[in-house]
Amino acid sequence: MTTDGWETVIGLEVHVELATETKLFSAAPNRFGAAPNTNVDPTSLGLPGSLPVLNERAVELAVRVGLALHCDVRPSTFARKNYFYPDMPKDFQISQFDEPINVGGWLELPSGTRVGITRAHLEEDTGKTTHVGGSGRIGGADHALVDYNRAGVPLLEIVGEPDLRNSEDARAYVEELRQVLVAIGASDGKMEEGSLRVDANVSVRRPGDPFGTRCEIKNVNSLRSLGRAIDYEAARQVELLEAGEAIRQETRHWDEASGRTLSGRSKEDAEDYRYFLEPDLVPVVPDPAWVEEIRAALPPLPADRRRTLADAAGRPPSDGEVVVAVARGLDGLAVAAIALGADADRVLTHIEHNLAVDGADALTALSFAALVALETSGALTATQTKDVLATLVAEGGSGDPAAIAAAKGYEAMASDALAGAVDAVIAANPEEWSRYVEGDERARGKLTGFFVGQVMKQTRGQADGKAVTALLAARAGG
Amino acid sequence: MSAGDARAIAAAVRSGARSARDVVEEHLARIAARDGELHAFTTVTGDRALAAADAVDRKVAEGIDPGPLAGVPVALKDNLCTRGVPTTCSSRILEGWVPPYDATVVTRLAAAGAIAVGKTNLDEFAMGSSTENSAFGPTRNPHDPSRVPGGSSGGSAAAVAAGFAPLALGSDTGGSIRQPAALCGVVGLKPTYGRVSRYGLVAFASSLDQVGPFGATVADTALAYDVIAGVDPLDATSIPDPVSATSAVLGEGVAGLRVGVIAELVGDRMGIAPDVLRATRRAADVLATAGATVEEVSVPSCVYGLSAYYVIAPAEASSNLARFDGVRFGMRVDAPTTLEMQRATRTAGFGPEVKRRIMLGTYALSAGYYDAYYGKALRVRTLLLREFAEAYERFDVLLSPTSPTTAFPFGAKTADPLTMYLNDVCTIPSNLTGHPALSVPFGVGDDGLPVGVQLLGPALAETTLFRAAAVLEAGR
Repeated sequence: MTTDGWETVIGLEVHVELATETKLFSAAPNRFGAAPNTNVDPTSLGLPGSLPVLNERAVELAVRVGLALHCDVRPSTFARKNYFYPDMPKDFQISQFDEPINVGGWLELPSGTRVGITRAHLEEDTGKTTHVGGSGRIGGADHALVDYNRAGVPLLEIVGEPDLRNSEDARAYVEELRQVLVAIGASDGKMEEGSLRVDANVSVRRPGDPFGTRCEIKNVNSLRSLGRAIDYEAARQVELLEAGEAIRQETRHWDEASGRTLSGRSKEDAEDYRYFLEPDLVPVVPDPAWVEEIRAALPPLPADRRRTLADAAGRPPSDGEVVVAVARGLDGLAVAAIALGADADRVLTHIEHNLAVDGADALTALSFAALVALETSGALTATQTKDVLATLVAEGGSGDPAAIAAAKGYEAMASDALAGAVDAVIAANPEEWSRYVEGDERARGKLTGFFVGQVMKQTRGQADGKAVTALLAARAGG
Repeated sequence: MSAGDARAIAAAVRSGARSARDVVEEHLARIAARDGELHAFTTVTGDRALAAADAVDRKVAEGIDPGPLAGVPVALKDNLCTRGVPTTCSSRILEGWVPPYDATVVTRLAAAGAIAVGKTNLDEFAMGSSTENSAFGPTRNPHDPSRVPGGSSGGSAAAVAAGFAPLALGSDTGGSIRQPAALCGVVGLKPTYGRVSRYGLVAFASSLDQVGPFGATVADTALAYDVIAGVDPLDATSIPDPVSATSAVLGEGVAGLRVGVIAELVGDRMGIAPDVLRATRRAADVLATAGATVEEVSVPSCVYGLSAYYVIAPAEASSNLARFDGVRFGMRVDAPTTLEMQRATRTAGFGPEVKRRIMLGTYALSAGYYDAYYGKALRVRTLLLREFAEAYERFDVLLSPTSPTTAFPFGAKTADPLTMYLNDVCTIPSNLTGHPALSVPFGVGDDGLPVGVQLLGPALAETTLFRAAAVLEAGR
């Protein structure tokens, strides 16, 4: 399957579970992982006579997201979306329909691309149905169990414009969105717990042509699945079109096991949701002053933080290590360490490779900068630095790296001691040494690793790998 | 017929002159003697009532004030949720369902010392004007058991008229408190939309539904209203304005009050019976004699209210009643798949009128028809609001008949649904506007059965309605 000569067009709809204490329309707890049907009350079970009352905190978080995505925050209303489904307690969903709270914004990806946001609106989540017995599939199960813990959990549906053109950008969009949501405290961002759920609208076209017929891909539960599903779906559509067939507008389900999208509901048999204004709720009219308060209290967003770190490190904001540092939330540490004089390259390298550990966020800039200074001056080798860093973090992040190094017996070896160690290793491995001396550049490269390793072993890691390499080359006569 | 006088009962119980148990036993005895014939109740909660009465008596003994309705028996329409007591909406589909919570109005009544003696019969899901649509059989009119009590709150109206309880609660979506109040010769109020919490009222049409009181007298009805009115954080549409004690101003009269008689509802176009029209005109005279200025006023869109209502109410009902699907509560008719189970349950569980309205409403909201039906009905609603707002610039209170006729015989209007729907022509406008309206007994018709007249007012004008009603009550 090939997509040469075709352009993929992707628009994502992301459902975000808002990090509220209680549900969107009642005081039942909004908590993941509780025993089935314990986070419920009359309203979240849709019992006769129950009524919805809007959770103000959910509105506040929705406004936060809207502002972080540069949306226009507007007066909004709720509507009823009517359809029968056993895990939807009232057999209608309360959702914002023609008057959403957030309209028209954008999200900036690390690459600098801006992806349009059509709208971001509030709605309630459904429960979960588990099919039990028989084949366990919907059609063949003996019975179904419904858990209403999730019913009524506040969702923000963020609808993106069809601005994405490949699966990598789609993944970057979701990852960036996730970081924004976590940064502003709107969501825990856990895709594996369903806090973030993505549907992808995918179509293909010849560049310059109008949009093709799209399919909506559901059941995508991870970033990896998202990429695979989009690539599969685009290839499937191209194959159909190249064979002269038409694309049917439909919902398709991503099947992780087979790596395929499977046909679901087509547009022709789509339900008529009979939307009408929810009479049990009143319009939401956010006070402009309150909106401005929320705007003023927003923390710096990932895109801003990348720019700040990039400036400090002398790199572009799209730089991979800059992106990683921000994604891990260690950009503040990096900027502070660099300001204290630490070498920016070493700082970013340590963050990317050695600080993907618990407790890294407690590391102080002062200790980190002092450690990097020891490494830069040659007082510690790269290996020793890494070891000291691990201990520093394990001990709470604010210790004195020099003291930790001393306690470990790390002192830079005197050059004659190092030379002695190198000579001893050469003497002990005459066969390898002659292959090194006579070998070409490639052979030498391989054997360098062997000799450095032996010297490290003999010096218990205190040797500087670069110095050993230089000595080996000198002994071999260039 | 009615023993009435909740105020006297409460005063006697609070002072210790009479025990609540004695009051409740007396009313339970009346129910036992005659409800077999009338069928006002779907459930009588005698044991619970006696236990609650004893609790009130203990408070009195301990010197604690049990509240303004101390020891007063109340009957609750069976679409109000009661914790631990079946709530059926007079529908098979809810058979066996016991709510785990009380409606806010039920909590408020209990907190005021009132004693719930049972749940009253209604047209299934409050859809009807005669109580003939109850799945458990109709209620009979205490004034003439061969006739209907009106509906949908027919059980509550009959319970008060028969002296089973001095007070009752009903719900009014298109006249379901006022019309049975008129037919049973008692007072019934539909408060301003949002004035009384709907939390725990099983919804029929959410934008029109309102809970309200029945009483044998204007003063009793006002006392009950004072207890149940007020903001409820569990109902997002409830009105935050404070409630002033209505019962305190009942005797202030109507001198200087500007009363408009709605021309469209006293003309000959709407099929109002001559004896009802005569009573309405006489009521206008009584108000004028008492010092009010009385004039006719035209509210032209009144005549479209019925049509708009029978689009909006079924539309909301089609959505509200979707949850009765056999999955979580009430009846379930098992079938191989979920969809078949839902279909079988709803087919067996709902009666014909409920099904008719679900179909009407589903159709009215469907893609391609929304603008022609639901959209247009909403525009009529807007128009009505505007016309009533104009009328209330010139008038404090409006007057009309409550129901086109006195109580009619069983079966008289069941053959053609439209004939039955016409019963609501005078009462529907207030539901569409959300304004308060009250029916007060005013004389009898040619058949000797009670006639009610309706007083209408702008939002939150309940106090004015009660004042005018008290004058009519004294002058009938």
